[in-house]
Amino acid sequence: MAMTIHVDIVSAEQEVFSGLAEMLFAPAELGEVGIAPRHAPLITKLKPGEVRVKISDKESQEFYVSGGMLEVQPHLVTVLADTAIRAHDIDEARALQAKARAEEMLNDKSGKYDYALAQAELVDAVKQLSTLDRLRKRGS
Amino acid sequence: MAVGKEIRSKIASIKNTQKITRAMEMVAASKMRKTKDRMQATRPYSKKISQIIVHLSHANPEYKHPFMIGRDVKRVGVIVISSDRGLCGGLNANLFRMMLNQIQQWHGRNIEVDICTVGGKAAGFFNNINANVVAQVSKLGDSPHQMDIIGVIKVMLDAYTNGTIDQLYVVNNEFVNTMTQRPVMTQLLPVKADSLEPKVSGHWDYLYEPGAKEVLDHLLQRFVESIVYQGLVENNACEQAARMVAMKSASDNASNIIKELQLVYNKARQAAITQEISEIVAGAAAV
Repeated sequence: MAMTIHVDIVSAEQEVFSGLAEMLFAPAELGEVGIAPRHAPLITKLKPGEVRVKISDKESQEFYVSGGMLEVQPHLVTVLADTAIRAHDIDEARALQAKARAEEMLNDKSGKYDYALAQAELVDAVKQLSTLDRLRKRGS
Repeated sequence: MAVGKEIRSKIASIKNTQKITRAMEMVAASKMRKTKDRMQATRPYSKKISQIIVHLSHANPEYKHPFMIGRDVKRVGVIVISSDRGLCGGLNANLFRMMLNQIQQWHGRNIEVDICTVGGKAAGFFNNINANVVAQVSKLGDSPHQMDIIGVIKVMLDAYTNGTIDQLYVVNNEFVNTMTQRPVMTQLLPVKADSLEPKVSGHWDYLYEPGAKEVLDHLLQRFVESIVYQGLVENNACEQAARMVAMKSASDNASNIIKELQLVYNKARQAAITQEISEIVAGAAAV
């Protein structure tokens, strides 16, 4: 059997995933990283995007995280996500809605809305949608 | 019948009180379930982040964050988490008693104490005893958000960074089980390595992306926030559990009192009837 590494994904609200995996891919701030067993200790911030856990050659699971931290110990990877959703559970309609709303807020120059907040929301929604997109392509 | 009118009205009023305590008990029971779920849901995050902090304290980073370096203690900061409302037994009283003992100990060692209160009861109590309250927040409700407490945490973190306070503690009730809640005090800053965890041998350090400073700043702030938040949701669960138990015993007490009063009332009524009959009999005999 291939070497495995223990992966824990927790969000502020719940534990999302815990188990052994062959490899983990995560959107670190300086670019996507792949973590294999016996990786050197590493701490990094995460961008909004997709975390992929490769459990075996046949099986892998995708999660959407809206940012957070990643900690790597040689045999243990911890993803502290601000929010984490299983990619299958992303609600496309809601993501689209959130995107539209954020764009509207950005276009509204009346200064009624918090610009930074709207931008963060937009990034969040767009990343959720692109995660879904990638998931579909892989499935088909 | 005029007998025992006061007793009857007393029984009625106790019955009303009992209705209220019953209702509060049931409300607290259902709220407790929810708050307990919330407490358990946020536990993995705070557990994991503390674990990372422990790992971190064993590493040998090239950048020492001020939150990780101990200093001589002249003034400590304490975040006291209490409930907003009363009627929850000795929950808050126990917490405050522990705090007072602790404050006395600190004063004995010439250490000043700055207090930051979360929840209405703590604010009332510490303002009353003229403690040095530097920040307070209350009325967080049953489902508090992390955003609600970021403000007061920032006040304390800034105080620590400025050197105003040299240690930061958080005090809250720990949920042991439904019947038992225990006040606990946890040291937040400087970060204390858990001595139970086996030390990883050798000289090693993390790789930091993008840089040690940014990552550690972010991580340590998150750590403090998540621990305080965890304390808050735990205290919430404690509050509901304590209220449920307190209200249950209040309802039981009311039942007992009603039973006793009913007995007294029946006796009085019976005595009155007996007296009346004997008066009638005596009257009949006299004729």
